Amino acid sequence: MNIKILGSGCANCINLEKAARAAAAELGLDAEFEKVTDYGAIAGYGVMKTPGLVIDEQLVLSGRVPTAAQVKEILAPLV
Amino acid sequence: MTVIDHVHKASPTQRWVGVGAATVAWWALYSVNLPFWNWMIGDVVGLDLSTRLGSGVHFFFYDTVKILLLLAGIIFVVTVLRSFMSVERTRAILGGKAEGVGNVVAAGLGVITPFCSCSAVPAFIGFVAAGVPVGVTLSFLIASPLVNEVAIALLLGLFGWGPTLLYVGAGLAIAIVAGMVLGRMHPERWIEPFVFETKIGGHAIDPGMSLTWNDRIQMGLEEVGEILRKIWPYLLIGIGLGAAIHGWAPEQWFADHAGPDNLLAVPLAVLMGVPLYSNAAGILPMVEALFDKGLPMGTLLAFMMATVALSLPEMILLRRVLKPQLIGLFIGVVTVGIIAVGYLFNAVIPT
Repeated sequence: MNIKILGSGCANCINLEKAARAAAAELGLDAEFEKVTDYGAIAGYGVMKTPGLVIDEQLVLSGRVPTAAQVKEILAPLV
Repeated sequence: MTVIDHVHKASPTQRWVGVGAATVAWWALYSVNLPFWNWMIGDVVGLDLSTRLGSGVHFFFYDTVKILLLLAGIIFVVTVLRSFMSVERTRAILGGKAEGVGNVVAAGLGVITPFCSCSAVPAFIGFVAAGVPVGVTLSFLIASPLVNEVAIALLLGLFGWGPTLLYVGAGLAIAIVAGMVLGRMHPERWIEPFVFETKIGGHAIDPGMSLTWNDRIQMGLEEVGEILRKIWPYLLIGIGLGAAIHGWAPEQWFADHAGPDNLLAVPLAVLMGVPLYSNAAGILPMVEALFDKGLPMGTLLAFMMATVALSLPEMILLRRVLKPQLIGLFIGVVTVGIIAVGYLFNAVIPT
């Protein structure tokens, strides 16, 4: 599974990455994490409010920082 | 289990009982704040509240509690209401609008759309690439920080409806006019070309659509926690300075140097405000104390608007998409607007 964190590197993106890593670890996922900081690429996913979370090229969340429990709810059906 | 997890899993009954209990607790604390500190500082500590020391100390404690309560309450309500709005929806609304009407709508949406300056660049790209005129997009980007929810909360609590509505109205006017003026200058030539080459792809998800009430309440609580965590040092410094001004600053000095007769007071207040950029919460306790000392409202509003609207970090971010000429014009037009608003209010509102 490929997980991308979209954002310029502000506090929100760092918190999103933490939540996503915690959720992936709890689910025992073999996920590779990538950070996308290029604004052209971020816009390419249709994101206008960072941070954004992309799983296997699908945008699943943007504009807010979820808790690890919420990322788990998003990831669980994809396992 | 944290509070947030409880909210996330709450049943509708638990949720509304929780919100109700919190509202009652908030109201009770707000009501006893003044009598409590009168009693605490006056009777228990034994300071005379009419002396400089007594009134300064009283101001510090009373104001700290009042401002924390106001911030928590109003930021929570604003965040929950704003969760129904999103940048995606804003773009959809602005999509078909021409300049003029578009600037007005964009400024209004800038106020109500949840937005932080770290998203200024992706939002700019998203709007422009979707065909929203640059001037209209700039109206949105100016209104968003200028009419700030923390400032609205505090103005309402400290000064009442009149100055709050003036602040919102003035902020909207600056955003509308500045966006129109910049839009007339063919600003496209000062935008980095990659913005126009960017293809917006994917299926944008609208964060406002799929939220439950639990999500919205949780976002409100998170936002209150985050803002309070971020601003408490500024808040304490601001209230401390306010208390010092309240107790010790000589009224005559302010009246002589920064009163309504001094024509240079407004531009000087704006120049002082720009490097002070932090947030309205640190500034407003000082503004309150200075207003009590007889400073005119227009000068104070100009000072506050300069601190929140002309933020250096946001300008550095915007440099990724705007060329220096347009950033310079952006700062210039907004500065002129803030100074004009300062003079206008000084002329209209008696001190």
